[in-house]
Amino acid sequence: MRVELDEPKCVAAGQCVVVAPEVFDQRDEDGVAVVLEEHPAAELLDSVREAVAVCPAAAIRLAEL
Amino acid sequence: MKRIVIVGASAAGLAAAETLRRDGYDGTLTLVGDEPSPPYDRPPLSKQVLSGQWDADRTALRTPEDLAALGLDLRLGVAAAGLDPATGLVRLADGSTVPYDRLLIATGVRPRRLPGDRVAHVLRTLDDALALRDRIGPGQRLVVVGAGFLGAEAAAVASKLGAQVTLLEPAPVPLAHAVGREVGQALAQAHRERGVELRCGVTVTEVTEDGVRLADGEVVEGDEILVAIGSLPNTDWLAGSGLTVDDGVVCDEYCQAAPDVYAAGDVARWYNPLFGTSMRIEHRTNAAEQGMAAARNLLAAPGARKPFTPVPYFWSDQYDMKIQAHGYLRGHDEVAVVEGDLAEDRFLAAYRSGDRITAALAVGMPAKVVRQWRQVIAVRAAWHDAVPNRP
Repeated sequence: MRVELDEPKCVAAGQCVVVAPEVFDQRDEDGVAVVLEEHPAAELLDSVREAVAVCPAAAIRLAEL
Repeated sequence: MKRIVIVGASAAGLAAAETLRRDGYDGTLTLVGDEPSPPYDRPPLSKQVLSGQWDADRTALRTPEDLAALGLDLRLGVAAAGLDPATGLVRLADGSTVPYDRLLIATGVRPRRLPGDRVAHVLRTLDDALALRDRIGPGQRLVVVGAGFLGAEAAAVASKLGAQVTLLEPAPVPLAHAVGREVGQALAQAHRERGVELRCGVTVTEVTEDGVRLADGEVVEGDEILVAIGSLPNTDWLAGSGLTVDDGVVCDEYCQAAPDVYAAGDVARWYNPLFGTSMRIEHRTNAAEQGMAAARNLLAAPGARKPFTPVPYFWSDQYDMKIQAHGYLRGHDEVAVVEGDLAEDRFLAAYRSGDRITAALAVGMPAKVVRQWRQVIAVRAAWHDAVPNRP
């Protein structure tokens, strides 16, 4: 599975970092999300799916490879 | 449990549907939406869509493939018209009925209107945004009634597009009831500095052919009028259902409104134990979070349900300013600027209710710095610990 971030959509809410801090961070300057783990380990996928669901900009997608 | 019905196909309803599937529910899942479009996102309507930066397609919340993968019984373009909890039936506007074992209500809100405002714009749906977008541009006179967050965002976009914008607000200071007087004044000043004519303390009584009429009889002329004076929960269809409706569908801390009936999103008024009060939150983030929480409680065995205790979050983009707030600002007792300067559009303000810090609002501050306050609010920190050196 691959984490896809539609960066221009990101609104810098940081909800993804709250639910999946191992996979996401925010840029210091503008708060836009950064993907730390593009191919997260299996045990992290639930939290990534949570981040996809909670993202208020629908900017994150978990794609099948 | 074989049949779950979700009424409302926007952010909250979609989040609920996805959560039910993700958590293993494989029965019939009906998603009813009154708009014909597949679920789309509303915050961009008053920002990127209104400015013309985004096409309508860009607001889709999910790709057609991701939506299809949910295996929904999708009923779009038809509103719910009635509910009979005794028989477990939702009646739709086309006369059909949908049976349910469990129901989730996420019907959202609709704009409040003014007398005569059929000729005016409102801004809630994609069609609303496209209609207004096509009518604002250089030299056009736009009158925005209501300087809340929606009106302020629209005014900012229209002003940047070269329109001549008049922003009318009945309160002496815009948003003072929500963000406090000082912060409201700072936001008001930002509009004035960018050429928007902001008039406070004026009440609009009706929309006329060529503008709006104020309470004192004056007519403020405009080519286009946008009415942005708040929202009303979409609960009319619940009349006679026995559900308690009081500025929203009244729910307990589990987002439950009645046996087998839950609610989420803008339409839900639930008891949030973290703040010890009932609240109805019209924030985009809450729609997703509450949709997920209500869906999980709907599926859970009795005793396994969890209270929904979020720290609310919202943001607003106006000109080059990003406004972000964590917490519950309403009814606060004190506001303290703890970083930056109100006059420079760069500050962080903390809000006290009783002896606790209950919210933090920032303009032009790094998002990561602002987000640290979320945890402070979530642990119910005392005001004098969170904001030291205050009298």
